[in-house]
Amino acid sequence: MPSNKSVSDAPIIQFTDCRILREHKLQREDLWVRDGKILDPEKLFFDEQGYADCRLDCGGAIVAPGFIDVQINGGYGVDFSQPCEDVSAGVSLVAKKILEHGVTSFCPTLVTSPPAVYHQVLPQINVHNGGPDGAGVLGFHLEGPFISSEKRGAHPERFLRTFRSGGSDDLMETYGSLDNVAMVTLAPELPHSQSVVSTLRQKGVTVSLGHSVANLSQAEDAVRHGASFITHLFNAMLPFHHRDPGIVGLLTSDQIPAGRTVFYGMIADGIHTNPAALRIAHRAHPSGLVLVTDAITAMGLPPGRHTLGQQVVQIQGLHAYVAGTKTLSGSIATMDMCVRHFKQAAGCSVEDALEAAALHPARLLGISHRKGSLHYGADADLVLLDDGLRVRTTYISGEEVWRAEL
Amino acid sequence: MRLVILDDYELASEWAAKYIRNRIVEFKPSADRYFTLGLPTGSTPYGCYQKLIEFHRSGDLSFKYVKTFNMDEYVGLPRVHPESYHSYMWNNFFKHIDIDPANAHILDGNAENLEAECNAYEQKIAAAGGIELFVGGIGPDGHIAFNEPGSSLVSRTRVKTLAKDTIVANARFFGNDLSKVPTMALTVGVGTVMDAKEVMILITGAHKAFALYKAIEEGVNHMWTVSAFQQHPHTIFVCDEDATLELRVKTVKYFKGLMHVHNRLVDPVLSIKDQ
Repeated sequence: MPSNKSVSDAPIIQFTDCRILREHKLQREDLWVRDGKILDPEKLFFDEQGYADCRLDCGGAIVAPGFIDVQINGGYGVDFSQPCEDVSAGVSLVAKKILEHGVTSFCPTLVTSPPAVYHQVLPQINVHNGGPDGAGVLGFHLEGPFISSEKRGAHPERFLRTFRSGGSDDLMETYGSLDNVAMVTLAPELPHSQSVVSTLRQKGVTVSLGHSVANLSQAEDAVRHGASFITHLFNAMLPFHHRDPGIVGLLTSDQIPAGRTVFYGMIADGIHTNPAALRIAHRAHPSGLVLVTDAITAMGLPPGRHTLGQQVVQIQGLHAYVAGTKTLSGSIATMDMCVRHFKQAAGCSVEDALEAAALHPARLLGISHRKGSLHYGADADLVLLDDGLRVRTTYISGEEVWRAEL
Repeated sequence: MRLVILDDYELASEWAAKYIRNRIVEFKPSADRYFTLGLPTGSTPYGCYQKLIEFHRSGDLSFKYVKTFNMDEYVGLPRVHPESYHSYMWNNFFKHIDIDPANAHILDGNAENLEAECNAYEQKIAAAGGIELFVGGIGPDGHIAFNEPGSSLVSRTRVKTLAKDTIVANARFFGNDLSKVPTMALTVGVGTVMDAKEVMILITGAHKAFALYKAIEEGVNHMWTVSAFQQHPHTIFVCDEDATLELRVKTVKYFKGLMHVHNRLVDPVLSIKDQ
């Protein structure tokens, strides 16, 4: 056939024999990609009289948007919170490895640390798109230090902080810069937190509630000021009580401003949350569920002692504890494991499980126009999965970046 | 004419698809000599398209050297609207086959100058060497394409206002809301289709029976524009039992008796694999 170049010279790839996740359903449709974005083949046909330059046979695989992990502390021996000369090398290593789990974008997470660490680490990593070298960085997730002492979990107590009257001054003093920050987790019961929440929202930073002893009305107040996420629901917060549901009550609160959704992170590793609790949350508010790994340094490493922030942890099987205690310090499950476990524990559809790992985090971060979905014009960050939801191949901007060995 | 009567919709669709397949394969189209095919839309030809896609997927039929000309398109309906005929052809046919997009022609109902668009379409058909086989359907009011009752039987491609019957029949595609159905369309003329070397009309379902009766057992009449094909040297009507319900028993018996002759047109069914 004669040349079809008209709008663009870039090659057009057609993924065939696949089931794509579109409009909340797996559909037998081909997926077209050009210039790293999902292409509308009908427009190509009628407007440009164009056709595919190459066809990729997916062998019946599921094609889903690449997973987005908004809470990951490190992995493979790398600890994002550990100050060092070359932070970007560590971030790059993890970014490359998580391609194997189908993750195409992530938020490197820093646990409570002294200001010096934030000042050193934050400027070293810019928000950037992924590629063959690794998943894209959407910005840092700063979990702490403005959190509750009682619910600090594995965070070091000596570095916790409160807001003095200025609120925002404490923010900038602690973090240095918010330029590459996608999300901040804080405890809304801290005095003066409301203005901080508003300020962060204004700067385009997502505000999450977590490591907190807030009651429901304090949490609702924070949501009114702009908070939109709950960090690892159930963990590091007051348990649900029928006369004060606490932060958990946000899932069914009637005080959420119209048009806004409260999302909540779930570590679906089978350890951090009992499957029954997972189901209660999912059934109460399915569209807000965001799968996160909260993976720590030891993810991908063999059992033993490893460093997390300013603390030491002990790995036993799939459990990671603060050394010498029974406090969970984070998870070592990978994102694809979480997707599989979530589907099995919640008894939900494949579509729901996949959306919890891609569409919902994209919506949370306000980037769903280009990530987390396979609509025309979106970035072609893809994960090809078999029926068991195991990752076969990962693509970023339409380019293959990882392939499982057969 | 040939009147080919099959037991049901599936068999009628299959017969028609096999006929089209054999015509294309036998023609041996090439870069120097394309097979030009006129195409309809609607629920009647849907089964036929499904079968043609099957033939393509099995490797027995290619549309690489086929040029297509659709009969019609709504005026003023955005091309991306799910009920536009562009959408129909893309979803139900073009996206599943190997036709060159440059060879798939459909009238543009959103053209700046509708008359110029229609004239250009006639010229494109002429430039392609005329239509080898024009496949069409029939409306409940006996129309071919959007040549509504009263259309000239020698008409060419032009803008037509849709008859009430047609709007009502199409309302089911627009949520049964009559106000949402387009009122005008661009359509090939009766004369345009008559110019084709061969015409194949698909008619299925009891609701088309009266129109079929008017088209083939009564005279040539501009109130039932499909009747014009009584004056075409090569017309085939492919229908199911239900579509024959208003015909005389004698007519049906006669043509059913000829099925062994008709079936030689589709048996053996040819394949490009054998070429």
